[in-house]
Amino acid sequence: MVARAAREIAPGMVVNLGIGLPTRVVNHLSADFPVCLHTENGLSGIGPTLGYDKADRNLIDAGGAYVSTVPGSACFDSATSFAIVRSGRLDLTMLGAFEVSATGDLANWKIPGKFSPGAGGGIELAQKARRVVVLTTQTDRVGNPKLKEACSLPLTARGCVTRIFTDMAVIDVTPAGFALVETADGVSAAEVAEATDAPLALPDTAIPTF
Amino acid sequence: MRLPNKTRAIEEAIAGIKDGDTVMVGGFGVPGTPMTLIHALVDHGAQNLTLVKNDANEPGMGIDHLLQSGQVARLITTHLGLNSNAIAQMNSGALEVEFNAQGILAERIRAGGAGLGAVLSDIGIDTELAQGKQVVEMDGKSWLVEPALRADAALIHADRADPFGNLAYVATAQNFNPLMAMAATCVIAEVETLLPLGGLEADAIHTPGIFVDHVVELGQLSEEYAVVRR
Repeated sequence: MVARAAREIAPGMVVNLGIGLPTRVVNHLSADFPVCLHTENGLSGIGPTLGYDKADRNLIDAGGAYVSTVPGSACFDSATSFAIVRSGRLDLTMLGAFEVSATGDLANWKIPGKFSPGAGGGIELAQKARRVVVLTTQTDRVGNPKLKEACSLPLTARGCVTRIFTDMAVIDVTPAGFALVETADGVSAAEVAEATDAPLALPDTAIPTF
Repeated sequence: MRLPNKTRAIEEAIAGIKDGDTVMVGGFGVPGTPMTLIHALVDHGAQNLTLVKNDANEPGMGIDHLLQSGQVARLITTHLGLNSNAIAQMNSGALEVEFNAQGILAERIRAGGAGLGAVLSDIGIDTELAQGKQVVEMDGKSWLVEPALRADAALIHADRADPFGNLAYVATAQNFNPLMAMAATCVIAEVETLLPLGGLEADAIHTPGIFVDHVVELGQLSEEYAVVRR
């Protein structure tokens, strides 16, 4: 699924990869692929992640991983970094999720009573990137679907998600709700529908696999 | 004419911080966190502080020392995910926490440093983050009023400085430092390399020394500044 999500990145884009699964997308981009990766703690032009022995103590991404620069990288303060985000300079952000609704609402920062460490920069990314896609497992650890008719958790942003990449499928958020685009190799459309807690429209044609 | 010298011993630099003060602390994770000034503030002992910091560092690092010593009553922040101690203090009620969207915290501080009263933003306007915030209409759109933030003191970490307090940062150690360095009544900068006046290229200065009150030269950096092997 991470490799499939990486194909969502078009040449020339400015992209922010959220903490968690999305960060791993970088491993599927070749060294000569033309893209500018942004991290909200103040770096554009992120290079490969470095091991501890080669790490620069002053160069991390927003998740705390030690990263490198590429020729042409720029460093800036947090106000400049979020000016980039809020003014629509991010072509794409890939975020994790607890829940996504059939209208594209995203909940990924708070589980009342259990998990409330703060959203960091996630709200601005979800609300202001020109395209927001989600990378997540189809169900949570106990098997509950993460794609639902409506979110039950506090929202990060409303109506922001346009596409979801899971371990089972690629699913679009359309004006009519969730629509199946692709399935993972060996997964049937019926299995994806079973693991989705909302109506799932199927394409008229054969469903591609990834 | 020559520019004044603001270099100080660390104890002298932070002596003016009082019980009940609001203190901004630079840094995002380890990079840019003024570890040495934080230890000095623990030794100084000021109580009932309000801290403004992007994150709470990690257990045993950075502002966690001030949380553990019980000197912090309130924390204005964006994310505590890497510090279980901070989350436990928040959940027990020992620590009052105000969460801000990260870029909004940056803009509130920038506004405070720029002599402005507030900024208008639509971030989180249709979520629970908007609860309790004033809404104004402008150009046919609704905006949340995000009040400017200022502090009594700011603790800053810079890579290079001169005795007047001109500062330069490196890599992702910039983050909130140049914003906080404009937004406090007393700005205290710890610096890795202190150069003579003229040693910093005028065009390479991030924070003009006009904003800075005290410059503390760091000696050998402690282990807390090093790469964290998790």
